[in-house]
Amino acid sequence: MILIAIDHAHGSPRRGAYELVSAARELGGEVAAVVLGGPEAAPVADALAAYVPSVVHVDDASLDHASHERRTTALASVAADLGVDVVLLGAGRSGQAVGPRLALRLGGALLEDVAAVRRDGPAVVAERLAYLSRASLTVRAEVAPVVVSVKPGAYPVAAPADAPGSVASRSVAFGAADDVARLGERRSAARGRVALEEADVVVCGGRGLGDAASFERLVVGLADELGAGVASTRAVVDAGWRPYDEQVGQTGKSVAPKLYFALGVSGAVQHLSGMNRSGTVVAVNKDGDAPIFKVADYGIVGDLHEVLPALRSALAGLD
Amino acid sequence: MIIATYVKHVPDAEARLTADAGRIELDDDAYALDGMDEYGVEAAVRLKEAGLADEVVALAIGPARSEAALRTALALGADRAVLLETDDDLDPLAQAGPLSEATLACGAELLWVGGKQADWDSAALGPAVAEALGWPLCDWTTELRLEGREVAAVHDVDDGSEAWRAPLPVVVTTQQGLNEPRYPTLPNIMKAKRKPLERQPLTVAARVVTLAAALPSRARRGVRLEGDAATVASELARRLRDEAKVL
Repeated sequence: MILIAIDHAHGSPRRGAYELVSAARELGGEVAAVVLGGPEAAPVADALAAYVPSVVHVDDASLDHASHERRTTALASVAADLGVDVVLLGAGRSGQAVGPRLALRLGGALLEDVAAVRRDGPAVVAERLAYLSRASLTVRAEVAPVVVSVKPGAYPVAAPADAPGSVASRSVAFGAADDVARLGERRSAARGRVALEEADVVVCGGRGLGDAASFERLVVGLADELGAGVASTRAVVDAGWRPYDEQVGQTGKSVAPKLYFALGVSGAVQHLSGMNRSGTVVAVNKDGDAPIFKVADYGIVGDLHEVLPALRSALAGLD
Repeated sequence: MIIATYVKHVPDAEARLTADAGRIELDDDAYALDGMDEYGVEAAVRLKEAGLADEVVALAIGPARSEAALRTALALGADRAVLLETDDDLDPLAQAGPLSEATLACGAELLWVGGKQADWDSAALGPAVAEALGWPLCDWTTELRLEGREVAAVHDVDDGSEAWRAPLPVVVTTQQGLNEPRYPTLPNIMKAKRKPLERQPLTVAARVVTLAAALPSRARRGVRLEGDAATVASELARRLRDEAKVL
């Protein structure tokens, strides 16, 4: 049986949850979903029941804002009770921390941050990027069960199933080690804009913008007009123009939108590793030799202060 | 208190990769101490300099050439080093057991691990070794203070940041912004050559094996648009709609 762990926010599954449903259906076999959280997570479980035959809701409000240890214990007990051979979870920050713990606790293997996963006879095999996303590796788990963290955007969003599934609520027993870490204030970066990993269009600004005010006016301005996510390079974050959670690259987020604008971005390897799965890439930079042009579908060598206002008018003028 | 800090010898970001018979091949001199691990070495050394730790031990798992990464850590201020030597390509879960044993053997109560490894693009070792030790994990850490026996930290989560506290012992993984690592000075590089470095052979079964490796390159249109701003802008808008069909 395959168990998928559902990420959710504000009473709804995140888009990644539906991507995991697609991955599970492709793998084949019985599928169940697990939702962690108090009563506010009940609608999440109900929503998932339209997609998978069986949903387990670990109904415990202590899981609404819980340590990695506590979440691992909850997932491990559900996985063990169901006797699963594969657990799928999203490779966001939380999934990347819980996945290894869960795999080790279940005595299994971890296939991490994969772009595709399949069965090869009894084995589970995956494709994943490595070496700052410059190489693609085919990897096989040598022990079971197999915990697989799936790269956001790697699979399409699934369609509902023909017949609705059922939801069962349960509780889980926690141990002393689950409560050692105490979590404090959470500062959410929500700014009423689409989440970067879920955006169809991402507008990214680099050091070439010159200053924070130009970034706000040109990059954020274009993003708001397109309903796009706003991203930054490391140089911009280090300069204090923009917050960390907008950073795309090795130490930031990994995105794969349909359309990616790289504006004033030079294209360091570390940045490319976070965006090179994007569909169409547009680069605007005043330096025609910038490495970003090597990964661009459309390149414009020019002054951002002239090109971007012109682009906004041109986009507004499309019928 | 003793602090352990894990270091890995990884390909430099600018190193040219080649895939040969399904393996990624590189020259030995294309490797360096992983930048994400440098933050952990720096944080550990600063805690010692502040009088909050007695000893900093650098730990590595890997082939003989990993000694170079350990020597860099020693030049940056670590006191001694241990290399668990293996030529096997071990996945993070396979490394977790031996690393947890090495951490306990040196008496450390705080273990630093780089947030993400530049070779496997993996963030799994920190969580895996925390599980093997049964210690709590603070991942993607941007601030950390020791308040007596208590660790007070701030770390990145999916949608922002979060305050985190736990009593020692803990595993902490690094995130950029944690600190500004120093550069090794020539006298310290010389001194590092005389600091103790212990080698132990390591045999452990891998839980994940690599079947093939390739260097994919996604085909891009590579179209350069030329002309004044208004011309290139309207040409781009038109192509995004009609050619790429993304608008």
